[in-house]
Amino acid sequence: MKKYNNIKATLALAKASFRSIMRSPSAVVFTLAFPLIFILVFGFLGGGGTHIDVGVTPGSDVNNPVMGMLEKTGMIRLIKDKSKADFDKLLEKGNVDAMIDVHRKVNSAAYSVNVVYTSASRDKGGILKSVLNNVFYDKTLKPTVAEIKESTITGREYKTIDFILPGQLGFSLLSTGVFGTAFVFLSLRQTLVIKRFFATPVRRSSIVIGEGIARIGFALIGALFIILIGHFFFGFTLVHGAATVVNMLILATMGIIVFMGFGFIISGIAKNESMVPPISNIVTLPQFLLSGTFFSIEAFPSWLQPISRALPLTYLNDAMRKVAFEGMGLWDVKFQIMILLLWGIGIYAVAVKVFKWE
Amino acid sequence: METKKAIISVNNLVKKYDDFVAVQGLSFEVYENEIFGLLGPNGAGKTTTLEIIETLRDKTSGEIIVDGFSVDKQAHSIKQIIGVQLQAAGYYPNLNLVELIELFAGLYGANIKPMEILEKVNLQDKAKAKYKALSGGQKQRFSIATTLINQPKIIFLDEPTTGLDPQARRNLWDLITEIRDAGTTVVITTHYMDEAEQLCDRVAFVERGQIIALDTPDNLIDKLVSSGFERKKEVKKANLEDVFINLTGQEWRE
Ligand SMILES: Nc1ncnc2c1ncn2[C@@H]1O[C@H](COP(=O)(O)OP(=O)(O)OP(=O)(O)O)[C@@H](O)[C@H]1O
Ligand SMILES: [Mg+2]
Repeated sequence: MKKYNNIKATLALAKASFRSIMRSPSAVVFTLAFPLIFILVFGFLGGGGTHIDVGVTPGSDVNNPVMGMLEKTGMIRLIKDKSKADFDKLLEKGNVDAMIDVHRKVNSAAYSVNVVYTSASRDKGGILKSVLNNVFYDKTLKPTVAEIKESTITGREYKTIDFILPGQLGFSLLSTGVFGTAFVFLSLRQTLVIKRFFATPVRRSSIVIGEGIARIGFALIGALFIILIGHFFFGFTLVHGAATVVNMLILATMGIIVFMGFGFIISGIAKNESMVPPISNIVTLPQFLLSGTFFSIEAFPSWLQPISRALPLTYLNDAMRKVAFEGMGLWDVKFQIMILLLWGIGIYAVAVKVFKWE
Repeated sequence: METKKAIISVNNLVKKYDDFVAVQGLSFEVYENEIFGLLGPNGAGKTTTLEIIETLRDKTSGEIIVDGFSVDKQAHSIKQIIGVQLQAAGYYPNLNLVELIELFAGLYGANIKPMEILEKVNLQDKAKAKYKALSGGQKQRFSIATTLINQPKIIFLDEPTTGLDPQARRNLWDLITEIRDAGTTVVITTHYMDEAEQLCDRVAFVERGQIIALDTPDNLIDKLVSSGFERKKEVKKANLEDVFINLTGQEWRE
């Protein structure tokens, strides 16, 4: 008897599945259209931040009328108690909009104010500048402030798209992994497609791997598409260019594999197709809202943050942003990768238990 | 009578669904290169028996050998030499017929030209159509096409002519006879006795999971006649089916 070729069977399935996905409108909408719409909306809206984070240089005088005045504006948040090195990093990334250093002038009662802006946050720096000008000409302060020295350091400009795009990418991977996988396996089982497959010599593992290859391939094409549109039309930052894209796609692969695990579980516990969306939403919605897709999780109330920090998408998003904007390598995000891996092990352990073939 | 070689032997097959015994100690052999019919009322256990032989369901007890392979230990080898048409099955969504045949070719590890397979069941004009868009009879024909992809030694057809028009049925008989003449063994179930009589070399009657008769159609008829059976009414020289065929011609319908 001719030797049976498992690889050929797996690839035949991958090809069939890929063709089928490309022809399924819902897959295309979830993976491409939704994220692109969000990117478009946020890309044009731009950042609407109202807070200006100003770092207080270590060693600066803090009990002086200038700082008091700045705090009173309600718009400026003074950040203290960080090391110089920390501040430098934050400043370069634009996470801190400017640094301020106030000293009493030698042999004088007046203060000297030293401000450092960053090109990573030009808009906010501009606002701070005008606030300081007001302070300088304020009658009550005038006698005490002798001078304002200003300088600007160059940092990378951190745009809204740099935050939004990785989040949308992560969510696209989550929804295509969860919904797509759950629907496909449930419907193949219910429409007896899998039963017919079982009448051929194909292995079960080939069916799972073939489907997986198709879904990963589709998700990566989607991811690449989103990254390129983001980069060329909205100026999404890719620090090391193509190498960064490759790293992002590797992260995307890890993410989609983990998320497909949820899909396998759902296909096993859902009794029919109409049960797939509600169950899938239980998995995807909390991650959509809490994993830093739209807002940094630091903006959440502190009681919510532990929940955010338990979700796999949080770590995928985090790793994506670090790789894309901060130019980190995969080794630098090993902690995030490890958490994803732990989720993967946990999810597939459950999936193996609840997955149904017939 | 020449002695024939058994390609399938079923020995004392029992299948229980929980407390319900669907198959109660079936034993029979299918000879190489014959068309073997499994007949019997709804729920008799025909599909159950076929699917156990096809290694798709587990049996409760009994022994089954298919071309020298045991269903218990060599299911993988059995699947490579059989072609299966299920009474109820679906096909991968969103693919056209050619793509589906390509998929099955991959699953069987066979090198075939999809169009040639489709031509055998006269579906070449529907090559680019989706399975969903086929008529009932076309679906049946497509299912049969998928059984031929791996050039199997045995094909199993579970009610292949249900839902077919009279010519399509006849044309399918021709196809099945051709397949048999090319050296393939055919196991078929049907509720049409004229079909079984025309097509099958031997038939087994199954009722409530047991075989109540097994012989060639001619022998079974002769036996009945010799027991004094007579039809109540003299048959007419033609019936409505003859009218249908006469009016609509002999060709496959799209
Ligand atoms: N999965 C199952 N679980 C429980 N009972 C089943 C199952 N499949 C079949 N049965 C029962 O086993 C009996 C035999 O069913 P089977 O499908 O083999 O009949 P069949 O001879 O093919 O009938 P038909 O001519 O209607 O196709 C029936 O009473 C049926 O209800
Ligand atoms: Mg049946």
